Formats: sequence, C-alpha cells, structure tokens
Amino acid sequence: MSRADQVGDVILSVESVSLAFGGVKALQEVTFDVREHEMRAIIGPNGAGKSSMLNVINGVYHPQQGKIRLRANGAWREFRDMDSHEAASLGIARTFQNIALFKGMTVLDNVLTGRNLKMRVSFLEQAIWVGRARREELEHRRAVEEIIDFLEIQHIRKTPVGKLPYGLQKRVELARALAAEPSLLLLDEPMSGMNLEEKQDMCRFVLDVNDHYGTTIVLIEHDMGVVMDISDRVVVLDYGRKIADGTPDQVRANQAVIDAYLGVAHG
Amino acid sequence: MNVAFFFEVLIGGLLAGVMYSLVALGFVLIYKASGVFNFAQGAMVFLAALTFVSIMKMGLNFWLSLIVTLGVMVVLGIGIEKIVLRPLVNQSPITLFMATIGLTFVLEGLSQLVWGSQPHGLELGIPDVPMQWLSQKWNINVSQFELFAAGVAGAMVAGLALFFQYTRIGRALRAVADDHQAAMAVGIPLKNIWAIVWAVAGFVALVAGLMWGARNGVQYALTFIALKALPVLILGGFESVPGAIVGGLIIGASEKLAEVYIGPMVGGGIESWFAYVIALLFLLVRPQGLFGEKIIDRV
Amino acid sequence: MLYREAGQFKATYAQDQQIFPIRQDRIAFALLLAVAFVLVPLTGNQYWLSAILTPFLIFSLATLGLNILTGYAGQLSLGTAAFMAVGAFMAYNFVLRMPWLGVIPSFILAGLCAAAVGIVFGLPSLRIKGFYLAVATLACQFFVLWAIQRIGWITNYSASGVITAQKIEIFAYAFDTPVRKYLLTLAIVAVMALLAKNLMRSETGRAFMAVRDMDVAASVIGIPMMKTKLLAFAISSFYCGVAGALYAYTYLGTVEPEAFTLDLSFRILFMVIIGGAGSILGSFLGAAFITLLPIFLSVLFGGISLATGMDISHAVVSNLESIIFGGLIIFFLIVEPQGLARLWQIAKEKLRLWPFPH
Repeated sequence: MSRADQVGDVILSVESVSLAFGGVKALQEVTFDVREHEMRAIIGPNGAGKSSMLNVINGVYHPQQGKIRLRANGAWREFRDMDSHEAASLGIARTFQNIALFKGMTVLDNVLTGRNLKMRVSFLEQAIWVGRARREELEHRRAVEEIIDFLEIQHIRKTPVGKLPYGLQKRVELARALAAEPSLLLLDEPMSGMNLEEKQDMCRFVLDVNDHYGTTIVLIEHDMGVVMDISDRVVVLDYGRKIADGTPDQVRANQAVIDAYLGVAHG
Repeated sequence: MNVAFFFEVLIGGLLAGVMYSLVALGFVLIYKASGVFNFAQGAMVFLAALTFVSIMKMGLNFWLSLIVTLGVMVVLGIGIEKIVLRPLVNQSPITLFMATIGLTFVLEGLSQLVWGSQPHGLELGIPDVPMQWLSQKWNINVSQFELFAAGVAGAMVAGLALFFQYTRIGRALRAVADDHQAAMAVGIPLKNIWAIVWAVAGFVALVAGLMWGARNGVQYALTFIALKALPVLILGGFESVPGAIVGGLIIGASEKLAEVYIGPMVGGGIESWFAYVIALLFLLVRPQGLFGEKIIDRV
Repeated sequence: MLYREAGQFKATYAQDQQIFPIRQDRIAFALLLAVAFVLVPLTGNQYWLSAILTPFLIFSLATLGLNILTGYAGQLSLGTAAFMAVGAFMAYNFVLRMPWLGVIPSFILAGLCAAAVGIVFGLPSLRIKGFYLAVATLACQFFVLWAIQRIGWITNYSASGVITAQKIEIFAYAFDTPVRKYLLTLAIVAVMALLAKNLMRSETGRAFMAVRDMDVAASVIGIPMMKTKLLAFAISSFYCGVAGALYAYTYLGTVEPEAFTLDLSFRILFMVIIGGAGSILGSFLGAAFITLLPIFLSVLFGGISLATGMDISHAVVSNLESIIFGGLIIFFLIVEPQGLARLWQIAKEKLRLWPFPH
C-alpha cells in the first residue's frame, strides 16, 4: 500500500490564525491543514513562529484571529479559545522543545501520567486499593509497558527522570505523549540537541509511531535531511507568515523558502 | 461620626504603617539583590535591638553602642551570606525561604542565649505624647514619636532610593538582582555584592529595631513584626522600595481603621489577621503587587 | 549479605507494585508492627507511652498531612496548626453535641470540617504559587485561631477558649489509660498511613507530583489544576484535622487555642524537611527526630549539669534547642535536601552490598 493510500482525510484545519504578544506578531494569517495518518512538518528559520503555532493548536496560546478546526471522535470542532486541558481530552498530545518532564518522578511514573485522562477511579478507591482501583492501575501499567518496550526504555523505567541524559529524556517525553493514545501528536524539535546516533534512533521511533499506531504527527524540526526524508508534506513559516506548503520536493525547490533560509532581505 | 477621631485613627494607622515599612525595607533590599526572601529579617531586628540595649546597659553611651551594634549586624550579615546562603545558591526560592526560617530560629535562640530574655526599655529621647499644636488646634492626637519614626523611615527610603539609583554599588546591586550570570559577565563581584547587601540589611534592621524597641519595648514579641511586613510586601511588590512605603501605609491605615470601626462588631482582635486577608485579596487580583514586576510562566 | 534481592523475581506487575517489594523489608516491617502493637504496650512505661510515643504518632500524622500538600503536591503551607485546631475543636463539638455519633465518626467528621476549611484557604493556590501561597496560608493560620477564640459556640462559651476533651468511649470500652490511648492512636495512624501510601503511589499521587514539578506541563497533558490542588488541600487538611483531634483527645486533654500557634506550624514543616519531603516514611522519621530531640537535649544538659556542677537553666536549654533546630534545618537543606528518608535509602543501598565494599 503506497503512502498516498495510507494518508486519510483532513483531520486538522488551521484557518487564518493570527497571534500577537503585545506588539510582536508571532503568527500572521496562517492557513494550512493536516491529513489523518500523515507526517506533517513545520519548518522555518528561528523565530518564524513554529513553536507558537504548535502552542495555538493545543490550546496553550489563544490566537486573536482565525480558528482551528479539529475532527475528534468523528465530529468537527471549531475553536479559538480552547484551553490545553481540553485539547488533551480531544486527543492532542505533544512534546516540548525544552523537555517538560516531571523531574522528581521515575520514567515509569512520568509515562503513567500520560494516561491520566483515561483513569476513572476516584481517589477514595485508590486509597483503599482494592478491586477496581487495583485492576485499573494494573491495566494502565500494562498499556504503558507496551510503549516502554516499543521505545526501548525498559532498562531505565525506575530511574528518576532528572538523572537521565538528554536524549533519553526526550524519548521518555515521547513515551508520555504516546501513553495518552493521541490521534494527533505534536512534536516540538524532537531531535534537537542530539548526536547523529540519537537522531537516527529518534527518527526511527517517530516513523514507527506513525506506522505502527497510525498517529497523525505534526513536527517541528531544523534538520533538513530528517524533514525531507520522513515528512509527507511540509509547511514553511517565516516571520509568522506561511511562505510555502507542499511535498518536501516542492518546498525544496521553492525560491521563497531558499531566500528565507539564506537570509535574503525581505520587504 | 467624629471626623477628628477618624483622622486620628487614620494618621495613627499611617504612621504605624510606616513602622512596618521600616522592617519591609530590609526584606526588599535582600530580595532585590539576591532573590532571597529573608524570613529572618524580624529576628535580625530583634537581635539588633537587644544587642544595642544590652550594650548600653553595660555602660557604653548611645552613639558608641550604636556603632558597636552596627558592627555586630554587619558581621552577622556577612556571616549569614557566607554560611547559609552561598551553599544554597542554586536551589529553588522555596528552599532558600525555608533556610531563612531555620535562620530565624537560630537568631532568636542566639539573641536570648547571649543577652537573656527579659524585656528591656529603649529610650531615644522622643516622648510618646501627642503633638501639642495638632491636639489643641484640631483635636487630633498624633504621637510625636510616631512622627519622628515616620521621618526616619522617610529619610531611610530616600537614602536607599538614591543609593540604588545613583551610586555604582547601587547599580551593581540592581544588575545582580536582575541576572546573576550577566552581572558576573560584566565583572561585578557577586560575592562582595551579596555581602554588602546583607550588611546594609543589617543596618536597616538596626534602625527598625531601634524604632520598634523604643515604641514597644525590646522583647521577644518584636520578632513577630516580620510577620506583619509580609502583607506590606505583597501589596507593594517584593522588589520595590517605594512599594514598601506605600504598602506599609495602606496596610497600617486599613488595619487600624478596620480594628476601630469593624472590630467592635465582631469582638475585636481583627488586627491579627486583617492585613493578611487584604494581602490575600490583593494577590488574587494583582499577584505582583502595586509596584512589582509581572511574572510570566514559560514552558 | 543479609539484605539482597537475589532470587526475588517479580513475575507480575502486581508483585512489582507492592509497597515492600523486597522480602527482607516485608519481614522487617512485620517485626516493627509486632513491636509497636504488642511489645510496647506490654512493656512500655507510662512516661514513654504518654509523653513520647503518643505525641510522636500524632505529629507523624500531621506531618503526613503536610507532606501530602507540600512534599508531594508542592504547595507550601504554613497553616498546618490551624487545620489541626479545626479538627480538635470540631471533634470536641461533635462529641459534645452529638454523643450518639461515637468518637471515631466524630473524628472523621472533624477531619472533614478541616478539609472544608482547607479547600477554602486552598482556593488562592489556583492563582498564586510559592511563598506567596505560604503567605496566604498564614492568613488562614491567623484567621482560624482568631475565629476559634471569638466564636463562642466553638468552645462552648468557655471564658478563655479552653476546652476539655471528653473521655473516649467506643462501644462502652473506655480509652483512658496511656496504653489504651497509645493503641488507639497507633491504630488510627497506621490505617491512615496505609491509605496515604496507597494514594500517593496511584494516579492521585502522580498528579500531585506532576503539579509540584511542572504545573504548566501537567495541565497540558490533561491533569486538572483546580481539582488536583484543591484535593491536595482537602486530603492534607483532613489528615491534619484528625491529627488535631487526636492531639486533643489522647495527648493534651485540656486544649487551648494557644496550643495551635504558628510555632507548631513551623515545627511540623521542620519535620517534613528533615524527614524528607514527598516520602511517607520521611514523615515518621522527621516526627521522631523532632519529638526526640528536645528530650535528648534535656537529658544531655542534665548530664552536663550534674557532671560539671553548673546550673543550666531551662531557658538556656530552650534557646539552645531553638538554635539547634534552626541549624539542623539549614544543615539538611544544604547537605541532604531530601531529608532522613533519602539517607535511609542510601543506607539500604549500602546494605545491599555489605559486607562487600564494591
């Protein structure tokens, strides 16, 4: 089955989104869509607004204009003011550029927190630890162990996250995001700060997630080689505006994109 | 309602507030320069007052005692910075705060161990009697002493404000408060700066100790003054010298007014918590205080 | 050699989840329980039971409560004593006005009252953090004490706000001797400690720790801020409330509002810091340390006094105690911020290798 067959219909639509912080315009009327099961990259020079775009999608920032449309659980939802907690419950999970793990907890506990939205048992039942509470905890443990196996972090599951090297922390963050069984996964520079070997591993994992779980992935990445290799489609931002949108080959040949990266003067 | 009485209460409250500001200034100094919230400031005030009074009792005159006590406070300040704070320099603000709670206990115990725990009186030569012409002309009783204290506090604030704004050391302090790394990068000797700050805070504690000691007597209860300074800081912002004054005025006035006008309706004693509730309400509306800087959380 | 995990395999997740996964730990804990429940009551003398062990247990419970809020959920609170006061005085009222309830249900209701107060004064935590929140909890501390002294109904209109805890009778069995009070306290504390341990290693505990470590991230992955923070305040205050009720009924007897001052709040905070924030075991270790230290000091100075003929006054010892407390706090914060619990863990690690050096 070719890649084109695997990719489905539009699942996320960003429409004319504008975001400003005081006088600073982070995003200006950005429009693009994301199809189900695809690997969508957002690229652009530093300060182009890529992280802000992800933050808008999962509700951390609220745009002043424009809207986001998300197909969740079969129905379309339209919003501008959704908060991040709601985004999580709609099946959006993400990782962060500067690693937002809970440094005081072990790897296992961190990944388990990713499942919090699926936990139904009340705190009273948890305190008494019989029946339903016990079963639910074990059930989630089992689910999480699958992900831990998948990302090959079994050997460090009881290690406090703060003690791990950077590359492994990034992997744990990915595991936590996966634990939520998201339909849309936002990855903010998942390979930054890694050496070649770590990058290859992470690349493999990201592709595996897309293949194995079918998760739609939107990722921000600076490494052009990675982006061109693994993405289905690419959006290019520069100074908060979209300047290109298409397959990696189309984007690579686009003059505006080349100018942006080479720093040619803009009007 | 008796207008003269209202003004009397109001002015009394404002002046009491100024006394709070005196203590709050010490907090602001240290927080401004090192980001540490020094819970032990109250204990430092107590120690300063007790040391001064005890040295005077040993026979030295006023000015000599003052100088000796100042020396003690400066040495103490430098010692605290070196022994308690430097080892904790990279820890979270909460950890540092808890360390200063520990420091409070140490200083309180030390003060009383060395000088004993009997209360002492402190005479500064200014009587706590109403100003003649105010009480005769407008029937308002305002204590001479409290006016004097207000004057001292005002001078102190003006002096500190000038110090921070116009001297080289003051600029260095502000730089350090803003960004330690950057300050080091331009060659500011961090350790010396912190030592200076704590020494100055010790001096401020001494002045506050003298004022409060003269007003209430030098006794263990003096340490609780620090607790009153907290609402002042919340209102005024932790990093603002003028904020400490404005906050003090607001807290002092509203506390007194509440006690006099609302107190009788609920059995009195409101003063123990009213300032805190005001601070709490303020925090909910404007967490950074009147003059503070907005805190932004980044992920 | 003794303390080795060799041969102890975990074949199911359930086994891995146990509180004491290592067999030697299970045996040691069983022994501890046996000593606490059987040996001590049989052999302990009155003084130890009523003046040391019972208050130790009560403070452990209060420390557990504060640990849940500050150690696990990261919300700094200086109002612990106020919650204990609510528990103590409300328990008194329930027993006084609804004697048909029974003592244990009264304690539970008193705890729930404390939880309610905790939720109210925990509301600011939704907007403010760190030591600003600590200042807000001070508002709670001062206000609650004032309210108890002013609202006559709470103290049954006693003149100075002093109440006398009634005798504890459960199904006509009177708990009025030191041994019985100790056992009752022990039972309650043991049960509540177990509940706390279960709670902290399940989703609630993880949510608390997530809020402590990085609350913005916690919110992004779906953990509800308001519910989690208020739950932390509620559970913590419940524990402190029950501790307060026990404080009144099995230790103090005659209770005045002054027993619940800011000083007590600090003391319990010290127990959390020295024992280990975020650790159930640490709560007990910290409480033991702080409870035993004054006794140790007075014995020490008593001995010095006898040996050297110097008369060391009570005031001097009390001041030295202050200095040592404060000094220990600073020492632990510098050297081992995770407290005695961490030192215990390190000791166990070393024990695993003993007697081999490497």
